[in-house]
Amino acid sequence: MKLAELQKKLIAAARTEVLDDRVPYAFKKRITALLASRVAPQNLDLWVRGLWRAAISCVGVAMLCGAWTLFTPAAPASSTDLSQDFENTLLASVDQGDQAP
Amino acid sequence: MERTEAELIAAVLKGDAASFEPLVQKYSPRVFATARRYARRDSEVEDIAQEVWLKAFDKLKSFRGEAPFEHWLMRMTVRTCYDFLRGHQRNRESSFSELSEPENDWLERFVAAPESASDDADAAKLLIERVMEKLSPPARLVITLLEIEDRSVKEIAELTGWSVPLVKVRAFRARAEMRKILAKMTKDKYL
Repeated sequence: MKLAELQKKLIAAARTEVLDDRVPYAFKKRITALLASRVAPQNLDLWVRGLWRAAISCVGVAMLCGAWTLFTPAAPASSTDLSQDFENTLLASVDQGDQAP
Repeated sequence: MERTEAELIAAVLKGDAASFEPLVQKYSPRVFATARRYARRDSEVEDIAQEVWLKAFDKLKSFRGEAPFEHWLMRMTVRTCYDFLRGHQRNRESSFSELSEPENDWLERFVAAPESASDDADAAKLLIERVMEKLSPPARLVITLLEIEDRSVKEIAELTGWSVPLVKVRAFRARAEMRKILAKMTKDKYL
């Protein structure tokens, strides 16, 4: 049997097939309803995604601050802190007045 | 006044899902006609069409408007049909012993005198449907697009996302695979 000829014949038969483009009843409505139900969760998704990003950023900043606090070398014991410096500066004129003869 | 496709797509992208409806109405017949080439049951055809539209909606942002919306949608349809074929490879192993009487008659007529077997006979259409069902998914897709729909290799490459050389290789293999199936069919019947 000539297989190539049979193949040609069958393909020719497939070409004569009329395409059936019927759309089932209410298909459009079903798709629209499905899409509408997908839009609401999509909006919610945006919020959830945004909040997760914010949470991750907050955790990152907190960890950086923690690391900075832990690894910053401790101030020498002799040095005064900022409040002491501020007080000394503010009262410098008074102190000088006390020391004057 | 009727809105253009570009206006409808822009409205959908802004969040107006209802604007997608006219597009579904206009192009569903083409989507269904294509899906029916690859799936037999109505429920399967409907599933494919539904998946195409949901994908189209989700991926609408990627539509850049350089080519017509119809081309973009048909690419998505063909790829969804291919995924369907890959997911439903049943029935490929069955034999041809269960050919119907008209199919047997048509084959006998072809064996006796090839020119006497008509191209548009229903039996021939049933036979080619059987053969197509036995082809592997890439072979079935390429035979449908190249031989039955008479598309060019370049067009097939665009529709499937395969490269031009890959389409050529797959077309060569598909023809060989089809001949092998036909040889098995005639051997089952006449030997």
